[in-house]
Amino acid sequence: MRLTNIVLTTAIITAAILLTAVLSTASLQADGAGGAGPVGKAEQIARGKYLVDIMGCHDCHTPMKLGPNGPEWDMTRALSGHPEQLVMPPAPVQQAPWMASLAMTMTAWNGPWGTSFTRNLTPDKETGLGDWTVEEFIATMKTGRERGKGRPVLPPMPVQNLKALSDTDIRALFAYLQSIPAIKNRTPQPIEPIDQK
Amino acid sequence: MKIAITTVAAALFVSIVRATAASETGATAPVAPRFLSDTGLYSNAAKLKIDARNRTFSPQYPLWSDGATKRRWVRLPEGSMINVADLASWELPVGTKFWKEFSFNGRKVETRFLWQTKKGHWVFASYTWNEAQTNAELASESGIANIAEIENGKRHSIPSVSECRSCHDASRTETLGFNALQLSDDRDPNALHAEPLTSEMLTLKTLVNENLITPARPELVTNPPRIAASSAITRTALGYLSTNCGSCHNRESSIASLGLDLRQNPPGTRNQEPGTSAAPECSAVGKRGHWVVPEAQEDSRIVNPGHPESSALVRRIKSRRPISQMPPIGTVVVDREAVDLLTSWIQGNAGELAARCAS
Repeated sequence: MRLTNIVLTTAIITAAILLTAVLSTASLQADGAGGAGPVGKAEQIARGKYLVDIMGCHDCHTPMKLGPNGPEWDMTRALSGHPEQLVMPPAPVQQAPWMASLAMTMTAWNGPWGTSFTRNLTPDKETGLGDWTVEEFIATMKTGRERGKGRPVLPPMPVQNLKALSDTDIRALFAYLQSIPAIKNRTPQPIEPIDQK
Repeated sequence: MKIAITTVAAALFVSIVRATAASETGATAPVAPRFLSDTGLYSNAAKLKIDARNRTFSPQYPLWSDGATKRRWVRLPEGSMINVADLASWELPVGTKFWKEFSFNGRKVETRFLWQTKKGHWVFASYTWNEAQTNAELASESGIANIAEIENGKRHSIPSVSECRSCHDASRTETLGFNALQLSDDRDPNALHAEPLTSEMLTLKTLVNENLITPARPELVTNPPRIAASSAITRTALGYLSTNCGSCHNRESSIASLGLDLRQNPPGTRNQEPGTSAAPECSAVGKRGHWVVPEAQEDSRIVNPGHPESSALVRRIKSRRPISQMPPIGTVVVDREAVDLLTSWIQGNAGELAARCAS
């Protein structure tokens, strides 16, 4: 009987450990999809920075300037989009098979869709992503539409690639973008193609 | 004994793992059937005879869908009632089904299906009609582009489920055309694209008389909801904007931070203070929005009373280029009647608009 009690106790403890392990795993998964606590915040931001760097966000969202060794990113304007002061003249008319033009800064693009200007991704409240929620950011990335409901995000933004991002990575991107210095820079609204209104 | 207890522990573990996996995959959740004929729409699928338990209805301010002819049905589970305690946000019983059939040029193209399988959870599906027009098959969740000719090379697309949800999840209820204002018996005679009301269509009066709503709201029959306005055109314009813009642009939407609210709720419910600056349309009147009319950089307003040419709302409703069009999904053909209505309304009712939003 004593042996039975020991075995029974052992079995219950084993089941409890297994149950705890399963629930902990579920909890970790939920946290991965739902956000980071204070401890994980630095790690999440680091992950976001890593993604921003390798995904090429700077390519278009940080204006290029001419440096001693050729074009280089102007990191004083990091991720702040098309410079407000740089008013673009009308884009040249394309002759097929040419399709698109781009500004020297790589922040303004013209093609069959019209003219698009890269957006200010810094956390400035008025001109950047400061008034965005993470849900709006996720919806934008997942649907390829502004805040998940509005107009399509325009070329050359690689929306088809971004749709493959996990929610966890999108949250990391957002956390990093909200952690960088806010730069006040109101980027222009896109311009319709010249052949229509 | 030891073996038995170990077996029990192992079984417990396996059942926990299975339960966890099932809840993660939602394996037991009901899904849309493969064919429309299996959704319960028809009592005789071969003859496409609509099941008598499915009631037809017609919202007084229908959504513009590029001129599609639409037929709608709702099925409330037997013995159930709609909870209208919050008149601006009805709670429909679990099991409620809706169907909306779209036809272009006399041919059925798609039938959309909404089904509340558990509280707050709706299945979204669209069925594509076959060439013989005898049945319709479940479309891919990613939608089907350019499936049918509308006019002059413009083609209708079946939206993806995520596109459906981008409008239908923006309110506190997923059903947009089935509410107190849309089913009011005090219908706006000037509403654009409205279908004639027939005797078999559900309205508030039917819902009250057949005891299909709770709590009892006899005033919905004696004093049916209508948009408060001092001119007929304002009533019609606000009704049009409520349906075509207010599904996303409202105070409970995920884009509420934009500050634009064009949804009209029945008078007396929340966010309805006609005649004051808190009235929903006052979020547009005289307000400079995020989007500026390119030809009127300085004067641009969402609604610029007296000046449709510098009203972003008119400019965007006129557009069908992705950069500027509104609504951004579900339409590829400009609603000319709406452009005329809204242009006249903004042009000719500056005084009324200013007065509505003055205090």
